Amino acid sequence: MSVTQQELLQGLENPSFWKQRSLADWLWALLVTVGGGYAWSRYHTLMDDYETAILAGSTLALAVFGWLWRAVRPLTLAVAGLSLFAIGLYGTSLRAADDSFFLKFLLSSQSAIMWMSALFVMATVAYFIALAARSDYAGKVASALTWSAVVMGFTGMMVRWRESYLMGADIGHIPVSNLYEVFILFCLITALIYLFYEGRYRTRAMGGFVLLVISAAVAFLLWYAFTRDAHHIQPLVPALQSYWMKIHVPANFVGYGAFALAAMVGVAWLVRKRADRVAPQGFVATRLPPAEMLDDVMYKAIALGFAFFTVATILGALWAAEAWGGYWSWDPKETWALIVWLNYAAWLHMRLTRGWRGAPLAWWAIIGLFVTLFAFLGVNMFLSGLHSYGEL
Amino acid sequence: MKSSAQRSSPRRRSTPVALEFLGSMNLAITLLVAIAIASVVGTVLQQNQPYQDYLIKFGPFWFEVFDTLGLYDVYGASWFLAILAFLVLSTSVCIWRNTPNMLREMRQFHLNVRYNSLRAFHHKREWEAGAEPQALQQALAGWLQGLGYRTRARQDGGHYILAAVRGRYSKLGYFFTHAAIVVICVGALFDSGLPLMLREASGQLKPETRDIPASEVPAISRLPLSNPSFRGSVRIPEGSSANIVFLQLRDGYLVQPLPFSVEVKDFRIEHYATGQPRSFESDLVIHDPGLDAPVTRTIAVNHPWIYKGYAIYQASFSDGGTGLTLDAWPLRAADIQPLRLTGKVRASQPIDTPDGPMTLEFTDFRMFNINPVVDEEGREQQKNFGPNFTFRLRDAAGQAHEYETYMLPVEFEGRRFMLSGVRTSQAEPFRYLHIPIDEAGGIERFMRFHAMLFDDRRVLEIARRATDQSFGQLDEPVAVGQAQVVQSMLGLVKQFRGGGFDAIADMVGQRVPEGRRDEVLNAYFKVLQTILGELYVELLRAEGVDLSQGMREQDARFFDESLTAAAALGAYGSPFFFQLRDFDFVQASGLQIARAPGKNVVYLGFALLCIGVFLMFYVPNRKLWFWIERRGESSHILGAGTGHRHQRDFEREFETLCAQLDARWKTVTR
Ligand code: HEM
Repeated sequence: MSVTQQELLQGLENPSFWKQRSLADWLWALLVTVGGGYAWSRYHTLMDDYETAILAGSTLALAVFGWLWRAVRPLTLAVAGLSLFAIGLYGTSLRAADDSFFLKFLLSSQSAIMWMSALFVMATVAYFIALAARSDYAGKVASALTWSAVVMGFTGMMVRWRESYLMGADIGHIPVSNLYEVFILFCLITALIYLFYEGRYRTRAMGGFVLLVISAAVAFLLWYAFTRDAHHIQPLVPALQSYWMKIHVPANFVGYGAFALAAMVGVAWLVRKRADRVAPQGFVATRLPPAEMLDDVMYKAIALGFAFFTVATILGALWAAEAWGGYWSWDPKETWALIVWLNYAAWLHMRLTRGWRGAPLAWWAIIGLFVTLFAFLGVNMFLSGLHSYGEL
Repeated sequence: MKSSAQRSSPRRRSTPVALEFLGSMNLAITLLVAIAIASVVGTVLQQNQPYQDYLIKFGPFWFEVFDTLGLYDVYGASWFLAILAFLVLSTSVCIWRNTPNMLREMRQFHLNVRYNSLRAFHHKREWEAGAEPQALQQALAGWLQGLGYRTRARQDGGHYILAAVRGRYSKLGYFFTHAAIVVICVGALFDSGLPLMLREASGQLKPETRDIPASEVPAISRLPLSNPSFRGSVRIPEGSSANIVFLQLRDGYLVQPLPFSVEVKDFRIEHYATGQPRSFESDLVIHDPGLDAPVTRTIAVNHPWIYKGYAIYQASFSDGGTGLTLDAWPLRAADIQPLRLTGKVRASQPIDTPDGPMTLEFTDFRMFNINPVVDEEGREQQKNFGPNFTFRLRDAAGQAHEYETYMLPVEFEGRRFMLSGVRTSQAEPFRYLHIPIDEAGGIERFMRFHAMLFDDRRVLEIARRATDQSFGQLDEPVAVGQAQVVQSMLGLVKQFRGGGFDAIADMVGQRVPEGRRDEVLNAYFKVLQTILGELYVELLRAEGVDLSQGMREQDARFFDESLTAAAALGAYGSPFFFQLRDFDFVQASGLQIARAPGKNVVYLGFALLCIGVFLMFYVPNRKLWFWIERRGESSHILGAGTGHRHQRDFEREFETLCAQLDARWKTVTR
């Protein structure tokens, strides 16, 4: 028993965050930095100081994001590759979209978004097939379809960003400025959050449920595009010409996406619980993930959504202070953001301090989705106020 | 750990009931939900509209009820502020009661745990290792510190206890988030309307409800220069300046003086190629007695000017008194000479009309009117309808019609019309009159035709001519019958020019028994059509149109359109048609000027909130214990741990940690 402490410690891993970084991690960070630097060198004349800061911040965030979740790397590379290819094909004229095969059928923003829509719907079906047939293969196909949809969606957004500048230097803007564009963002973010949990919890059984809400969003998107011509790029109204939009809107949609996911997982929870009661060895009960896991995902998603929604609402208040002269005006959109926020604050209290679990929280998460939906759709449709853009 | 209720139970007994109640979670949740519901009410019922509109919408009874409940200004209502105050109070009590526990908990290592309690943990494992307990304890501590844990060890008789904690700041998250709520609410209180409400309640302040020049507003509706926080607005016409702003307060306003004056040199709207506005900008000059020379700056939406703590924002724009030149076409006479008038937006003037003396109030002028139009393929397109102006025509009794009239003809399906909308209350949409445009591009032909309807002599003559055929061959006494018929034909025309086809239908409805109404109405319409058609033919003849080949198609269309327009003129309600001939455009910039000293406090609260939420959700709090004792020739190690609120993640971490130890030591139990 005369072992030295040195020997006792030997072989025990002691990985600090920095020591855990592999060569690939650093290469990734380098690549992202080079990409950010290149974007800056090309476009800094169009950017103000805040936008430069946002670019730097996003570059850093992407580097770290890629460290924490490896799958982000191929995703980013695919989106960057396809977007650059499409932008190259466009050159300096939007008319290229009529002549180039790739643009016309694949990569012009409109085509890419149609592909995204189709892929999401196919993925939804595939997830349910995988669930019903207990097919690992179908599950892999479903995941691949979802990833592809995300790639096409982000590519579509990037290309749309470029297209807006091709329409006219003064028209160009980041595509998060109207209901059509943010609905795409919603689909993409919800899918990404889902894919994260899919990897983290190693189950594809929630996929169909979550993708249902994405498919519903896709249906709305298509209806909106075909009946209201909403897919045309519109110039920005003066109220939206601000760097705040670049951070406020995406932060909001991480919140909305996470809340939507939580609600759908809540649905899965209820289905599973009911199946356990009615037929414990039945078709459903043996296929859906255990209720505790669903409960955990639901909590995680709401915590994530709450954190981002808090930040987004604060950013909104800061923006309002700049655009409307007051950080809070009780404008309907603001007020509904507060309602959503209070709702989830109450939800979190019930879970964390009262120890609530299961059915009431699942139902509450589902009701929460409707509250959220009203905040981001209903307000624009039914109430008027300072946020009166993106009307139906 | 366990729920906070259990944790703080020893303290609870000593807390007064009132605090117990205030700090209770149930109250907190109730308040959160109450605020949410009140907020819903405030968005569903549009806030701070003119009280007149509410009265019309709800009727006198409910108007009173809602007014008493403060529903027209929910967020300024005393009950709403009281709920907010309770929330602040409740949160404060909650912080005050929980924070000491949490701080203690943060510093705690719980070195006095017992062997058996550790064995009762969900996450635990036992090993056997061939080393001295002390050496093991030191090695483990070194390793865990490298992993980011803080450790404490204690030797107690024959055993060592090593406790390790990571993410203890997670506990501060609670404090930061809840303190943030209090800080934000307190900061916002500075900037809210509460100080004003208190002064109002004590009778020192009374909002002005009359629409009078600022200079005439009495002192009781004026605020002192020293008022620390306000948010008001003012519209300043180009070339003018202002040193006050108006604060909207329910159905009235207050006047807030500024220590400087703001001049608007120029207001500009820039447009995209598509016609939508691209920017709203004002060139401002501040004249401050404290400055040697005026300072200038251009502001735009999203680009305010912060001057000495006063933030000046581009909020809106409106007309600044555009000069208007109008033609007033008489609509109640055979006379077709229009009257030339001049006026100014936001000014009013008396006007003599066949319906008695009236007041003409010009309310607005708009240079561009981008409206959605559905094109031939059914697509919606944005189209600029050009300038229009709005005005009210008020009779001696105070009743007014509001009009919105375009200056230039607008094309619909290949035909051009002069558009003029009318409504009797702001709550209604405009109903549009379409006056057909003649070949010369004006409304003269329609006006001439319409004037003919008022030429009774001519109408009688046409009626007589029309009846001659049927009465001509008959005897003398029947001529009396003819005169009656002719008179009633004139009556029909009079009905029509007073109220269109509807007036005739109403008359028939009153005078003719049910079963015969359609028949009579049809006959009347035919007669009317004939007379009006004859009048129109006379008009065409007078214009020198050649009718030998019959009527040209466009003339026939024009007749139909004229009938529609003439029929609508009855409901139009104005004795004149005011046609805009020329204008001298002056705009006004709507500025919002605010002072919000509480803003920095609120922003501090925002920062606390972000930090707090991050700490709570993303700094996982983990605790590990190792109980190490000598058993015979070797050492026995019991490891256990818990991950506060992150049990699932903790399970994975615990597994990876144990896996490493499993590889070195003999695992006794899992
Ligand atoms: C708008 C108001 C409030 C918001 C947004 C809010 C937010 C939160 C959140 C998000 C949590 C969960 C964090 C966690 O522990 O992981 C929490 C916990 C908690 N809240 Fe609140 N809260 C509010 C008001 C209150 C009030 C008024 C009380 C007083 C009764 C209260 C008492 C608590 C307690 C006791 C916890 C548990 C802390 C712990 O055990 O770690 N909260 N709050």
